Amino acid sequence: MTKPADQLSVYPQTLVGDQLLRFLPSADALRTVPATVYAAGVVVAFFLVAAVAPSLLQTHDPFRTDLYATLQSPSLDHFFGTDQSGRDLYSRVVQGTGQSLAIGLGAIGLSIGIALLVGVTAGLAGRRTDAALSRFLDVLLAFPNLFLALLFVAVFGATTTTLIVSVGLGCAPGYARLIRGQFLVVRNSGYVEAARALGHPYGRIVRQHIFPNAMRPLIVMITMGVGQTIVWASSLAFLGLGVAPPSPEWGALLDAGRNYVTVAWWLEVMPGFAIILFALSVTVIGQHLQDRLEGRVNP
Amino acid sequence: MTARDPLLHRAATATATPLLTVERLRVGFGRDPAAAGAVVKGISFALEPGRCLAIVGESGSGKSVTARSLVGLTGRNATVQAERLAFSGRDLTRYGERDWQRLRGRDIGFVLQDALVSLDQLRPVGDEVGEGLRIHRVIRSREEQETRVVELLRLVGVPEPEVKARQLPHELSGGQRQRALIASALALDPALLIADEPTTALDVTVQAQILDLLEATKNRGKALILISHDLSVVSRMADEVIVMRHGEVVEQAPVATLFSAPRHEYTRRLLDAIPAAHTRGTRLAPASAPRLTADAAHWRRRGGDTPGPVLEGRDLVKRFRGPDGQWRTVVRGVNFSLAQGETLGIVGESGSGKSTTARLALALDRPDEGTVRLLGRDWSALDEAGRRPLRREISVVYQDPLSSFDPRWTVERIVGDALAGGAAGFGRDAQIDELLELVGLGKAHRRRRPLELSGGQRQRVAIARAMAPRPRIIVCDEPVSALDVSIQAQILDLLGDLKAALGVSYLFISHDLGVIRHLSDRVLVMRNGEVVEEGTADAIFDAPQQDYTRELVSAVLHDRLPRIKGTSHG
Amino acid sequence: MSESTGLVAGEPTRAGRVRVVLHRLLGAIFVIWATASITFGVQSLLPGDRAELMINAAAGTFTQPTAAELAAVNAKYGFDRPFWEQYLHYIGGVLQGDLGESYQSHRPVAELIAGQIAPTLALTLSALALAWAIAIAVTVFSGGRDGPVARAFGGFQVIKAVAPPYWIGTILLVVFSIHLRWVPVEGGGGLQGLILPSLALAIPLSGFIGQIIRAEFGRVLEQPFVTSARMRGMGNLAVRLRHVLRHAVLPGITLSGWALGSLFSGAAVIETVFARPGIGGLLVTGTATRDIPLVTGIIIASAAAYVIANLIVDLLYPIIDPRLKQS
Repeated sequence: MTKPADQLSVYPQTLVGDQLLRFLPSADALRTVPATVYAAGVVVAFFLVAAVAPSLLQTHDPFRTDLYATLQSPSLDHFFGTDQSGRDLYSRVVQGTGQSLAIGLGAIGLSIGIALLVGVTAGLAGRRTDAALSRFLDVLLAFPNLFLALLFVAVFGATTTTLIVSVGLGCAPGYARLIRGQFLVVRNSGYVEAARALGHPYGRIVRQHIFPNAMRPLIVMITMGVGQTIVWASSLAFLGLGVAPPSPEWGALLDAGRNYVTVAWWLEVMPGFAIILFALSVTVIGQHLQDRLEGRVNP
Repeated sequence: MTARDPLLHRAATATATPLLTVERLRVGFGRDPAAAGAVVKGISFALEPGRCLAIVGESGSGKSVTARSLVGLTGRNATVQAERLAFSGRDLTRYGERDWQRLRGRDIGFVLQDALVSLDQLRPVGDEVGEGLRIHRVIRSREEQETRVVELLRLVGVPEPEVKARQLPHELSGGQRQRALIASALALDPALLIADEPTTALDVTVQAQILDLLEATKNRGKALILISHDLSVVSRMADEVIVMRHGEVVEQAPVATLFSAPRHEYTRRLLDAIPAAHTRGTRLAPASAPRLTADAAHWRRRGGDTPGPVLEGRDLVKRFRGPDGQWRTVVRGVNFSLAQGETLGIVGESGSGKSTTARLALALDRPDEGTVRLLGRDWSALDEAGRRPLRREISVVYQDPLSSFDPRWTVERIVGDALAGGAAGFGRDAQIDELLELVGLGKAHRRRRPLELSGGQRQRVAIARAMAPRPRIIVCDEPVSALDVSIQAQILDLLGDLKAALGVSYLFISHDLGVIRHLSDRVLVMRNGEVVEEGTADAIFDAPQQDYTRELVSAVLHDRLPRIKGTSHG
Repeated sequence: MSESTGLVAGEPTRAGRVRVVLHRLLGAIFVIWATASITFGVQSLLPGDRAELMINAAAGTFTQPTAAELAAVNAKYGFDRPFWEQYLHYIGGVLQGDLGESYQSHRPVAELIAGQIAPTLALTLSALALAWAIAIAVTVFSGGRDGPVARAFGGFQVIKAVAPPYWIGTILLVVFSIHLRWVPVEGGGGLQGLILPSLALAIPLSGFIGQIIRAEFGRVLEQPFVTSARMRGMGNLAVRLRHVLRHAVLPGITLSGWALGSLFSGAAVIETVFARPGIGGLLVTGTATRDIPLVTGIIIASAAAYVIANLIVDLLYPIIDPRLKQS
């Protein structure tokens, strides 16, 4: 019945536009190449070890000065080069991981905490409360986050606590709006209406449907948020408004390196590289989690 | 194999040279060579000018893919193979993308369904209609384009073409948009027009007008390929019909033969599954679904017989505020009453207010004026706490069951959640099993999540959930509109069987007059938020009193299908 | 986002449009008032004595001023008045454009800001334009495709969106100024000095805008009206430019008002990296010296800029989306 293959004409189709394509793996699914997610996982694991037991990963004493080896460029001995006092920059970055992650986690924790309080209230309360809170959030979003943080630093002075609080507060409105939106979507969903039609009390609907479904993106928000808050905190530190320089906290390293950028670029670039690598890794993991989450919600 | 041989039909139907010849067209997706021909498994036909070929099938049959492969737009990963694919003497199998672009629009026009999304929302209608003229460089100036666009819009019967050409798609009515879309496909006077579900998203009255337009196009000597899931549309338009299923040609015959003497079992089942006047009181899918297997006794509606109406709406008015802040009255002065064990059908076109009426009946929205009474109680005036004990008397089945299920929940949790709590006097697990069996699902489905079910299975779960509290009334809001006709038939059969066994009353909302007629005892015809006419199903359909009802009923094509009944109605 | 590209836009009426504009205007005034109130509230949380801080800030010392000195300052600035009176006085001033007086230089804050705003505006606006140009170029090229090149672009977008402006600025500075010597390290106010700073600001923003319009681009590419255009014989590039792009930029436009606010933040940092004049330098010095009127003044000014930017976006939006025009 069939002709030999060489007599069949075969032409590839180059354009999209067929509904049937929806049944094939989507571009999104292809994008989450597990290899990148694994790589991101290894990076995050590295930083976690650095935070808990920095000495395991250090090649030099991060605090030992060596006046014969000042401002050396990156080499096999000094991966990230050395600073103006001859300290090994790589080991200092490893040393600073704990404090930097603590600031990031503290800020995101505070941020999500406040956001939950405001977002859940707005998402569950009546129309008036919601409108008032939403307006309030709009105002807070009108502040450039960094400026709000600077106001805090100006008023309370530059300390680690101020840094955490100001970054945490600066990011909170955005998260609050996300959480509120999530609650509204679920609240207006067909299954909440179906539960209402079954005669279930509102409290039960909130407990059974609204809360669990609205909270699902939270883990993704936290994962990606840590990266963001660390970047934010480092921006403040870069401006000289973070933790005082003797500490090898990442932002402080950036601040210290700023004066040497014309002669020793690595002092600025390498700590920044560590920050971006971490932020990028948690973002990749967060996006992967999000894709999986959405994959279960949308067919 | 003989039925698929194009040569037979060519000899039988026409002597003209075919415009389009397709031989053993196979389409597959993916790079895997084994996937080649998995979606369309060898379709052959020939089409002469002035004739219409219809390709019918349910979703996943490969009918749309077939149509798109004729213009080289099957999709990125597709592999298309054919022994022969020739259009007016040209060999399309050798075509590259540039050749296809020259062919599209100029030689073959293509009309998609739902013009609202098939026209660019951000551009004036005239620009869309005239786009083909510009692409193929047949006009020299802006003025020339405008003149041609107005001519085209006039040709397809768009009123005030000069005005409409400057408007945006959303400013036109659904019918005008679809006409404009057809005009854009006809812009370069192509010899072949392919229409993929051209009337699916339209109201019945508009549907008939669009079919008239396509017929006129055919009569002007154009060849027409019509892709549709709707056999009644096909019966009116086509000269020859190809029935497809899972990528295979099930039956291929001239239209008269196909409808009067369908040779294939599947074709026969498809024809039987169409609800209409003569199907009332019968089963639409006798072969595929047995009558209720489970003992329904436990699930009979609660309470004894009620003499008066179980649900009643009086002078209902409901207004909504639009996004621009304007108030719109969606329901204006609607009255209805539903008696014990009765099915009241509410039929109307989109925007008629029928779904809002359903929501008022369910007390999901509060009417601005008027009252809804449930079992004699003032249902609409109660607060939510007061309604709660009454809610188990009335439940609901939606058009889109998927969105009405919590995506995290399994079927057993969804159904178990609706149980009134030990009411049937035996264990919760056993109750869930029995309910699932009642709607034709098995134990195997208990642990599935909604996404893991087919459309028909989901609707069965939704029905099980609606039955669980043993309600007296079930509001069905377009429950079969999203389903293929054979699945629709099974669900309608199930609803009929359950009503007989459990004694519930249905408030049945649908835009489909065939479905309404098949199922309803009495019918309410709605338009622009008002009840136009009310009466028994026979009175409404056989002797409509109002002009609008007459127009609606005469636009229905179902009842014009050639009769082939007399087949099995077990 | 979905609302702006929704299939059915409500019938726009003249009255409805006027209502919307009025609503937005009131909202804008509300935002500025609320910003002023919040900054005032944060100020009042200030630990320690404000007069003391002021005297020290002006003198650059950390001594305990005498009671007489404190009283004089308190009387002059009204710190001895009741809280609500100070508040009303402050808000009244803000509404008249009076943002107070710098603790350090004793010049009006509004005047200080006006003196530094031009370079910052030049930087942010050129960065916004540049960000859009990059985002559109990348999207038209790679949107809706999933070959290795397109995927690399997608990954690049993520990196761009994550990388902070100061780091990108530093890299640009190191590569182009220090190693290649294409542009001078100290940029100055000229056009040449604007290139690297605005690029440093634009790259992260283009990643952000790009992520959004690229997702929308992919979605629009699958829409039936795009298929319709192809069915008329339109080529691939033409489809992307004439039909898809316009739809895809809509959510990005909505964001541009917000983006301008974030650009202000970024500009503060970038001005420090490139040692450019502008609001950023003013703000950093003000923060370091705890010159609170200066910091709050800049915040209120940037909130005003944000509000104005959003109003402009609202007014421009109907040009791209004619569905919103008055009928």
